[in-house]
Amino acid sequence: MRVAATIEVNASADAVWAFVDDPARYLHFMAGITRWEIVGAPARGLGARYRMLMQVRAAEVGGLIEIVEHEPPCDLAWVSVLGVDQRGRWRLRELGGRAAPCTRVELRLSFGVAGTGFFGWVAEHVAAPTVRDHLRRSLRQLKRQVEHEQLRSAAAARRAARAG
Amino acid sequence: MVAGSLLERAARAAAAPVRRRVPPADLDERDPDYIRETLPRTWLLSSLYFRGEVRGLGNVPEHGPVLLVGNHSGGNVTPDTIVFSLAFHAYFGVERRFHQLAHNLVLSMPGLGFLRKYGTVAASPENAREALRSGAAVLVYPGGDREVHRPSWQGARIDFGDRRGYVRLALEAGVPIVPVVAIGGQETALFLTRGEGLAKFLRLDRLLRVDVLPVSLAVPWGLNVGDLLGHLPLPAKITIEVLPPIDLREEFGPDPDVDEVHDHITRLMQETLDVLAAERRFPVLG
Repeated sequence: MRVAATIEVNASADAVWAFVDDPARYLHFMAGITRWEIVGAPARGLGARYRMLMQVRAAEVGGLIEIVEHEPPCDLAWVSVLGVDQRGRWRLRELGGRAAPCTRVELRLSFGVAGTGFFGWVAEHVAAPTVRDHLRRSLRQLKRQVEHEQLRSAAAARRAARAG
Repeated sequence: MVAGSLLERAARAAAAPVRRRVPPADLDERDPDYIRETLPRTWLLSSLYFRGEVRGLGNVPEHGPVLLVGNHSGGNVTPDTIVFSLAFHAYFGVERRFHQLAHNLVLSMPGLGFLRKYGTVAASPENAREALRSGAAVLVYPGGDREVHRPSWQGARIDFGDRRGYVRLALEAGVPIVPVVAIGGQETALFLTRGEGLAKFLRLDRLLRVDVLPVSLAVPWGLNVGDLLGHLPLPAKITIEVLPPIDLREEFGPDPDVDEVHDHITRLMQETLDVLAAERRFPVLG
């Protein structure tokens, strides 16, 4: 089952990338995520592994994931190593023709358990609305946090200019 | 007298094949692939039917053997075990060894052989020791058949009776105890009485290691005596709280007193169960 959510963030792709590439931030902006821990080295980039869990109704599901695509500031993808089968992807695309930088952010998550037949199919469809809701809320929180960070940076720059 | 003797002989005859079918504990019967493949259906059951909620799984130590001590509810169909097992396997992964102890009778019932694939082994101190030696998390229900068949109006009561073997087991194995407190299971049927007198009269304690012959009102049987064939549980909301681990020697010194430890653990569990009971507004609905 694949679910996805998209949002436009009023910031450059680099600014958004700083958030999605930082495992320490995931617990702060990802809805439903109860665990996002670095496992071994490297801590980020290709080959980085994390133990993640997402609350989906009666259970926290997830497992060990590994980053398999890492192309700053555009694509970040992971696949599961242990636990529920999953493949996730961040796609960041800066939109041209705007007065200020704007980035379209897409978060995709495919999930399931191979070989589970009919019940697996039903479970995926029952879980999908909850997972989709988590993704949408995550993107809204990401947008708020990135744009707030932009404001703070701009304010700091203005302060520095006034002081100078 | 004659009637009593006849009843005893009949019960002995009925018990013999059941006892012969008691499987020996083979920890290798646990099948992680099977557990993984059945996760979706247990997740559906837990999420949609029992609306399971498990809190505090992070309190279970990440690695190594641990004794999970739970209160038991729901008669011979125990939804708290279903909900907790799903949550445990989803949280820690099916790769982590996890065994549950169950009464011999449960494992020898026709059609329940699949429980062994989930890691369920016959309840005995030897089997529990072996499972802990293998590094597994082991779930035990000290209250056993006594607690699981308590009347529904005692659903918010921890009732281990005088059973303290779990404390000795944890001390011998040198493993922490993690209390697991569940509520809702006793609302899956209307449990009326344990029927301890009836069980004693039929000498079930000697024949089957069963101290009770419970009587309940349950779907689809109506009046359900013994609950040997199980029942269709009502969709009661199951809430489970996992408490922080207790290192017995760290907390009670190098030579802990079994009674003191037992009292401490049951008191903690009762306090938690009181809080969980206070959260519930309606029976079954939760």
